[in-house]
Amino acid sequence: MKYILILGATSDIAIACAHEFARNGYGVQLAARKQDKLKIIAQDIEVRHKMPVTCHTFDALDYESHHEFWKKLPHRPEVTLCAFGYLGQQEKGQTDWREAWQIIETNFTGAASILNIVAQSYEEQGRGSIIGISSVAGERGRQSNYLYGSAKAGFTAYLSGLRNRLYKKGVHVLTVKPGFVDTKMTEGLDLPGPLTAKSEQVAKSIYKAHRSKKDVIYTLPVWQLIMQNIRLIPEGIFKKMNL
Amino acid sequence: MKKKITNWSNYPVVEANLLPFRYEDELRQLLNSQQEPLITRGNGRCYGDAALGPNILSSLPFNHILSFNEQQGIIHCEAGVMLDELLELIVPKGWFLPVTPGTSFITVGGAVASDVHGKNHHKDGSFSNHIVELELMNGVGEKVRCSREEKADLFAATCGGMGLTGVITKVKFRLKKVESSFINQRSVKAKNIDEIFGLFEQNEGYTYSVAWIDCLQKGKDLGRSVLMLGEHAKREELPNRQQMHPLKVPASKKVSIPFNFPSFTLNPLSVQAFNFAYYNKMLGNEKKDIVSYDPFFYPLDSVLHWNRMYGKKGFVQYQFVLPLEQSRQGLIEILEKINSRKMGSFLAVLKLFGEQESLISFPMRGYTLALDFPIVNGLFEFLDELDDVVMKYGGRIYLTKDARMKPEAFWKGYPNAQKWVDILKKYNPDQKFNSLLAQRLNIIS
Repeated sequence: MKYILILGATSDIAIACAHEFARNGYGVQLAARKQDKLKIIAQDIEVRHKMPVTCHTFDALDYESHHEFWKKLPHRPEVTLCAFGYLGQQEKGQTDWREAWQIIETNFTGAASILNIVAQSYEEQGRGSIIGISSVAGERGRQSNYLYGSAKAGFTAYLSGLRNRLYKKGVHVLTVKPGFVDTKMTEGLDLPGPLTAKSEQVAKSIYKAHRSKKDVIYTLPVWQLIMQNIRLIPEGIFKKMNL
Repeated sequence: MKKKITNWSNYPVVEANLLPFRYEDELRQLLNSQQEPLITRGNGRCYGDAALGPNILSSLPFNHILSFNEQQGIIHCEAGVMLDELLELIVPKGWFLPVTPGTSFITVGGAVASDVHGKNHHKDGSFSNHIVELELMNGVGEKVRCSREEKADLFAATCGGMGLTGVITKVKFRLKKVESSFINQRSVKAKNIDEIFGLFEQNEGYTYSVAWIDCLQKGKDLGRSVLMLGEHAKREELPNRQQMHPLKVPASKKVSIPFNFPSFTLNPLSVQAFNFAYYNKMLGNEKKDIVSYDPFFYPLDSVLHWNRMYGKKGFVQYQFVLPLEQSRQGLIEILEKINSRKMGSFLAVLKLFGEQESLISFPMRGYTLALDFPIVNGLFEFLDELDDVVMKYGGRIYLTKDARMKPEAFWKGYPNAQKWVDILKKYNPDQKFNSLLAQRLNIIS
């Protein structure tokens, strides 16, 4: 049986992906800090899809533990989905270094630390698939969330480099850039409908992109267009905008 | 942050805080941190104000399935799980919902809080009949289990209790064994009210029965209708092609009504035209076919947001039940009133309920009629008149669909109301759970 490892398995997109891969015949390894939540998510996946699910303690910021974590997994997963992230509060982060540090470390350093290990292992065995959830926020720094955005920009560049390195080794790397995602938790919030994807929809597009070995996807194609345009705005104009 | 929230009939609309929870400890935190009254809302498919208030707990993310015993057909799940998700899981294993309303887009918690009924009420009773056990969370964040054996008063007050006993968190209930996912359907035309009553009573042996009724007919045609009967199809009854996959779950082919129709779309003329077409589409007096469960139980689910047909002002659904002996006379009186006012209802559904013993649930032995009315000037006064007729004959109005009845109609229609309210006082002592409906009907004052 094939397995998927999901890092940061309590997020909405991660949960939706766990269901989607299980529906398609994957065993699931859920990894996150909060084990009580994982347990109930695991139970739900097992009942619905009849696939084996295991839960593992994983802390993105506890770098020392990452080697041990990877070694101790009961099965070597064919697919590793890196779904953890921390949005944080931009304004707080501007003055409170703890907050800024946590945003940067979670979204970039933590991801680089664990994926270094995964990449090494996949490279050695000559196969495997790494999926990283980055963000459209990483395409250009905006005053409203540049701490998060710059960390995600770093993560996007990391994934791009990883892809370049591992392509020849038969390892696939997929970068996912979701725009607005409407989850059950944001139900009723005023997100712009045509720009907002449901997490189930995101999961389906991730599975599809994984199957067809895409490199980079925006979970709603319209975001590709939007970000292209945002990237084209000259910095002299961009700096005056309220974004 | 407050936002505008409304349920299925787009009336009323309130400004409220929507507080979603995914796990028990998140719910407990919300209950402990919120000083103001709360009410739980699932998928917002109740029609009126039962799940509305200034602070609304959203159970939609709380949707884990805990276990499914495929041998005995028992499911245990959290309250936010929707019926359509359950069907996807249970139908391929040869099970079906014991009771389902006319939409699968409701949560299990909502099914309990409304104690929903379906086309098989005369055979299988309402949803609560099939519940093994419930778990609630009370106003201070404690878990409370109840069933017919354990805290029976709380159990009775929760089934049909409109969320006022606490937050329904987990439901364990029994499923119905089926051989296929198809329904053996029989439709029979009835020329008038006496014919349809006769047909209902002759066909009580069928598991499922419901009639669509044309409210605009009068005189000797009053009550012209089409009765739809159904049984779960046995494997050998299926055509060869379907015998290969007897438990197939129909793929969803859904269209959506993307915006509110202008309110003049539905008028007496268009309603008349629709009803004429519907009745005459059946050439003979009787028709038999085998259909998937989807079009049989959920004909309107294929049109997402069909409520937008009624325009921005919204509509009200009016559903009442009359005791069996009074049903004929009462229905004639009500249909005549609708007729004389040209208050045509697009959707009018008639059903004969079976016996029901319950504290606060809607069904009772007799006929129930559900009508949709777009909101126009004078409608509420007209509905008050209908209430008077319903009360005169000893009937009652369905709380899940109601947004406008006066307290007197509630207290008169539900003879156990005081008993129910006393139990609410015991389990909801600080009135932590309260809704616009509860206030409007003087249930919690």
